[in-house]
Amino acid sequence: MVTTVTSFGRSGLSDWLVQRVSAVVMTAYLIFIVGYLLLNSDVSYQQWAGLHSGLPMRMFSLLTMLSVAAHAWIGMWSVLTDYITVRTIGPKAKAIRIFFQLGMIAMILVYLLWAVDILWGI
Amino acid sequence: MLNVSIYRYNPEVDDEPYMEDFQFDTEGKDIMVLDVLEKLKIKDPTLVFRRSCREGVCGSDGVNISGKNGLACITPLSEAVKGNKLVIRPLPGLPVIRDLVIDMSQFYAQYEKIQPYMINNSPAPTIERLQSPEERSKLDGLYECILCACCSTACPSFWWNPDKFIGPAGLLQAYRFLADSRDTATEERLARLDDPFSVFRCHGIMNCVQVCPKGLNPTKAIGHIRNMLIRSAT
Repeated sequence: MVTTVTSFGRSGLSDWLVQRVSAVVMTAYLIFIVGYLLLNSDVSYQQWAGLHSGLPMRMFSLLTMLSVAAHAWIGMWSVLTDYITVRTIGPKAKAIRIFFQLGMIAMILVYLLWAVDILWGI
Repeated sequence: MLNVSIYRYNPEVDDEPYMEDFQFDTEGKDIMVLDVLEKLKIKDPTLVFRRSCREGVCGSDGVNISGKNGLACITPLSEAVKGNKLVIRPLPGLPVIRDLVIDMSQFYAQYEKIQPYMINNSPAPTIERLQSPEERSKLDGLYECILCACCSTACPSFWWNPDKFIGPAGLLQAYRFLADSRDTATEERLARLDDPFSVFRCHGIMNCVQVCPKGLNPTKAIGHIRNMLIRSAT
């Protein structure tokens, strides 16, 4: 059992499940948006703003942003714990990794709040 | 003549590792890579490698042969030689002690973590703990592992985190005991595996399956462990 403090759910199983579920949500959103644009190739601003002003669409967009946030957190955490280790870059690795991990988490949270601001600002 | 290039490193003499080239006469025979090493060692007794049974049972002579991990004793030249060249390096990812000999401490430490022995505290029956043929068949494809380390040292997740990720060999054995009907410590074993490293560092790239000299499938066993973790979770 390895203890972690900066991973998304602290449990490998939970991170694994979140990674899969968030991938499905993002795929569904992508298919929907691409499909919408293909079917409405001459979409106007009013039409586009109208699509995103309804509560169900906002919820779908927010759910997707939450999925992007969780997916990125888990994925980036894996990348950072693979490559920024004492084994690869020496004894200062732990401090450097925590710096990058906390920076990554802060960035994800900022993007998430920004997305909420955009979605509800339409 | 076959060109043989071998990784050489003697920490007492060499500042850094280097590749040494040899010319080898196969006499037109499709011999095993181990035979080549044995004959080269007669010429140069300082060449160091591990070997024992020379028939793919002991798992001592795992090396990287022309870019792919395998057992030198059961890899024929016809499979290993590319463009009249044979390149032999130690298994990647673990510290080199000398030439083709690696320090396998981290590999064994991971194996030890999964408690590779039967745990059953109920009183032992007079003769033996019985299994049905169906229960026994669940161990097929698992018990055959010879711990040669070809799989774990072919795994990038193990290269980056050999101290945290158990690796394909250890996980195959973890499942061997999880799947055993006579073992009663299933819950405890699973609880020790549910962190982001031990099992979940496996991203399913299947290098382990590609190189296993015994034809085993660690990725499949890891999938079974994941399913058991999901089933035991709330």
